Amino acid sequence: MFLFLGLFGNKLSHRMAGILGTCGMGVTLALAYTVAFTYFFSGNPEFVSATGDRLQSVIFNIDWLHFYDKLTIGIGFLLDPISALLLVVITTISFMVHLYSNGYMRDHHGVWETGFQRFYAFLSLFSFSMLGLVVATNIFQMYIFWELVGASSYLLIGFYYTKPSAVSASKKAFIVTRFADLGFLIGILILSFYTGTFDFGELNSAAMGAVADHSYTAPIFSSMQGTIFMGGSVMTWALVLIFMGGMGKSAMMPLHIWLPDAMEGPTPVSALIHAATMVVAGVYLVARLFPLYLLEVTSLEIVTWVGAITALYAAMVACTQVDIKRVLAFSTISQIAFMMVSLGVARPEIHEGLGYMASMFHLFTHAMFKALLFLCAGALIHAIGSNDYTAMHGLRKYMPVTHITFLIGCLAIAGIIPFAGFFSKDEILAATLGNSTLVYVWMSGVAGLTAFYMFRLYYLIFWWKEHKIPQGHHAPHDQPWTMTVPLVILAAISCVAGMVPFGEFVTWNGEPYHIHLDWTVAGISLAVAVAAILLARVMYRKENPLPQKMKSAFPRLWTWCFHRFYWDELYYFITHKIIFNGICRPIAWFDRHIIDGTMDMLANITQKSSYAIRGLQSGNLQMYVWIYLIGVLLLGAVTAIVVIAL
Amino acid sequence: MESVGSIIMYVIIALSIIVFSVLTVTTRKILRSATFLLFTLFAAALLYFKLDYEFLGAVQIAVYAGGIVVLFVFSILLTSHPGHNSERLVSRRRILGCVAAVATFAVVAWALLMRCGQALASLPQMENPKIHEIGLALMGTGEYQYLLPFEALSVLLLACIIGGVVVARKR
Amino acid sequence: MEITLIYYLIPSLIMFCAGVYGFVTRKNMIAMLISLELMLNAVDINFVLFNRYLYPEQQEGMFFTLFAIAIAAAETALAIAIIINVFRAVKNINAADLTEMKH
Repeated sequence: MFLFLGLFGNKLSHRMAGILGTCGMGVTLALAYTVAFTYFFSGNPEFVSATGDRLQSVIFNIDWLHFYDKLTIGIGFLLDPISALLLVVITTISFMVHLYSNGYMRDHHGVWETGFQRFYAFLSLFSFSMLGLVVATNIFQMYIFWELVGASSYLLIGFYYTKPSAVSASKKAFIVTRFADLGFLIGILILSFYTGTFDFGELNSAAMGAVADHSYTAPIFSSMQGTIFMGGSVMTWALVLIFMGGMGKSAMMPLHIWLPDAMEGPTPVSALIHAATMVVAGVYLVARLFPLYLLEVTSLEIVTWVGAITALYAAMVACTQVDIKRVLAFSTISQIAFMMVSLGVARPEIHEGLGYMASMFHLFTHAMFKALLFLCAGALIHAIGSNDYTAMHGLRKYMPVTHITFLIGCLAIAGIIPFAGFFSKDEILAATLGNSTLVYVWMSGVAGLTAFYMFRLYYLIFWWKEHKIPQGHHAPHDQPWTMTVPLVILAAISCVAGMVPFGEFVTWNGEPYHIHLDWTVAGISLAVAVAAILLARVMYRKENPLPQKMKSAFPRLWTWCFHRFYWDELYYFITHKIIFNGICRPIAWFDRHIIDGTMDMLANITQKSSYAIRGLQSGNLQMYVWIYLIGVLLLGAVTAIVVIAL
Repeated sequence: MESVGSIIMYVIIALSIIVFSVLTVTTRKILRSATFLLFTLFAAALLYFKLDYEFLGAVQIAVYAGGIVVLFVFSILLTSHPGHNSERLVSRRRILGCVAAVATFAVVAWALLMRCGQALASLPQMENPKIHEIGLALMGTGEYQYLLPFEALSVLLLACIIGGVVVARKR
Repeated sequence: MEITLIYYLIPSLIMFCAGVYGFVTRKNMIAMLISLELMLNAVDINFVLFNRYLYPEQQEGMFFTLFAIAIAAAETALAIAIIINVFRAVKNINAADLTEMKH
C-alpha cells in the first residue's frame, strides 16, 4: 500500500488517496481480526495444546540470510498471544487513524493539505512495518522492522517539513532512538553470539526450560554460563542493552526527550505512533523476550525501576504543561512506564506471572483510550487552531461529541470503574503489590497523579470559564463524520475493553489465567483516583485563584516540572558543550587540517605544477613542430656523437 | 650507363621537384602556392612513371592532382580574399624556418652519407607490376597481400565521410 | 653517368625540407596543410625509391605509398572541412590567432 501510494500518489486525487489508504487498512484490519479470532477461538491444535495452553506457532519462516549452518536469519510470521493481540490493536487504531485523517487533513473549507497523498503513503508504510515488527519470528527481523518503524516515524513527525520545529523534532526523535538502537543492536549481537540463534522460539523455549528447573542446562546457554563482564553476567548485559533499545522507542527516562517534541507531527500521527503503537514496541520487545529476562532477575529489576522513575517523572511534568498534546505525550510516557513496571515485577511464582498479563492488558486498553484522547485533542486543535489549551476554555457546549468522548477517555485513563483503564491498572497494581510494597505505593501515587492531570486537562478545556470566540472566527463545532466516527468507536471500546477476560488469552507461558479482582487494591486505587479527580474539580472547574496559589506555594517544584526537570537543557549541555566541543571539535580540526590538508596539498601541488607547465600546452601547432624538430635534432646529434665516438 | 633521354628526364624531374617545392613554400600568394604544389605533385608522378610504377603514378595524378589540389583551391577561394597577399614574414621567423630546414637537411644528409654503399645502388631490372597483380594483392589475404589494410582504409574513409558531413553541416 | 639512388634522394630531401620550412613559417592554416602535403609526398617518394632500388622483386613500398595517398586524401578532406568551419566561426584561419578554445 505504501509503495502504491508513494508511487502513484501524485497522480491520484486527494480523495482517492484517502479512500484507497483507508480501504487498504480496512482490508488489513479484517485480515488481522480473522487471524486473531482464528488463533484465539478456533481450538486448532496448532494454536492450543490439549491442556488448553496457547502455543507459539510459526506460520511460515524462510531462510533469508544464510551465514553458515548455525547462523541463519529468516523472515517469517510468528503467531502467539501477544502478537495476535498487537495485530488487533495496531490494525484497529491504524484504521481509525486513517479514517480520521480524511477529515483532519483538511481545513475548515474542505481544502486538502499539501502532501496529503504523501501522508497516507507514510501512514501505510508505518502500519506495514509495525505489523512486520510484531509478527517477527526472530530478533533480527524484529530489528529490521524496528528501524523501519523508526524511519517512518521520522518521516511522519517531519511531515510539515517546512516548519523548522518539526524538522528538528524529527531529527531529535531519529537520533535519540538511533542511539538507543545502538544498544539494542549490541545486545542482539551479544545474545546471538553466545546462543548462536536469533530465533525467538528457540530462545524462549530454552529459557522457559531453564526457568522451570532453575539452571542453565539448556545447551544454547552453556557458553554464556560463568562469563562475567564488568560485574554482570553476559546475559544481563545483553538483556539490559536490548532493553535500552526498548527504552529509546518507548521513551523511558533518560531517553524520553524525543517524544514530547514528536508532537510536532500531525495529531493523527501522534495518536497512531506516539501513543498507541510504536511507543509500546519497547514493551512488546521485553514481553517477547520475557522468559530470557526471567533468567536474570537483575535485568527485570532494572526494568522495574526505570519504569517507576519514568512514570513519576512524566506524571509530575504532565501536571504543569500547557500544550494539550504535550500533556498527552507525558501521560503516554507515564502509562508506558506503567507497563514496564508491570513487566518488571512479573514473576512466575507471584500470581502466576500476573504482571505480564497486566502489562499486555494495559497495553491494549491504553492503546484504545490514548488514541481516543489524541484524536479528541486533534479534533479540538482542528477546531481551535492552537495546541495551547489556554485558548480552549469552556468548550463543552460547542463540541458535545468531543466532550463526551474525551471525558470517557479521561475516566478510562484515570482508572474509574467500569472503564477500561480501571481493570488493567488494577491488575498492574495488584502485580506490584505482590512483588514489593514500595513499588506498589509508588505506582498508586502515580496513578493518582494521572487522574489529577487528566482531569486538570479536561476541566481546563471544557469548563474553567466561558469560551470567548475571537473576532471574525466561527464558533468551534464538532468535526465531520470521518472524525467523529472513530472517536465514538474508540470511546465505545474504551468503555467495554476492560470487561474482556484478558487472562484467558494472554499470559506469559500460554496457560489461561483467571482474573480475579483484588478488591482491596481496586478499592484503594479507585479511592485515590476519585480523590484526585475531586481535587482537580475543585481547582479547575471554575475560574479561581487556587492553581495560582498552588504554583506560588511550590515555586521551585513547579518550575522544575514546567521545564521538564531540565532534561532537554541537560542533553543540550552534554551534546553541545561536552561532546561537540570536547570531541567533535578536535576531530573536525584533525579532519580539516590533517586529512583534508594532505589532500589539499596534493591537489595544490598538481594545480601549481600544471599552471607551471601550462605554457607548453599552447595549442600552437608550430610551437609543437619546433619542439619536435629540436628533439629530432638533439637525437641526431647524440647519434652522431655516439657513432663518431665508436 | 643510362640513355641520354633518361638522364634528361631525370634532370627535368629533379629540377622541377626542387624548384616547385621551394616555390610552393616561398610564394606569398596562397593560390600560387597551391598551383606550385600541383606541379610538384606532377613531378612526383613523373618520377613514379620513370621508375616503372605506372599505376602508382596514375593514382598520384588522380587522387592528389585531381582531388586534393582541387580541394585546396576550393578552400582557398572560400577562405581568402582574391588578390590578397599574405603579410610579409618577419625576418626572425624566416631565419628560424631556414635554420630548421637546413638542420633537417644536414641530419638526413649525414645519415645518407653514413649509408653510402646503399645510397649509391644502381637501378636494377624490374618487371612493371601488372594492374591485375596489384588488384589481386589488394584483395588477397596471403603473404604480401593487403586485404586487411584495404578494409581498414575503407573504414577510415567512411569515418572521414561521416566526419566531413558532421563538420560541414549547417547548424 | 649512372643515376643511382642518391640522385633521387636529394630532390626528395629538399622537398621535405621545403615542407618543414613552410610548416614552421606560414601562418595560414591552408598553407600549413600544403606544406604538410609536401612532406608527405617526399616520404612517399622515398618509399618508392627504396623499394625500386633495393628490393625490386617486392612491392611493399609501392603499396605503402598507395595507402598513404588514400589516407592523405581522407585526412586532407577532413582538415579542410574543419578549416572552413573555423573560418565560418571566427573569420580567420591564422593558426596563431585561434586561441578561442584554449581555456
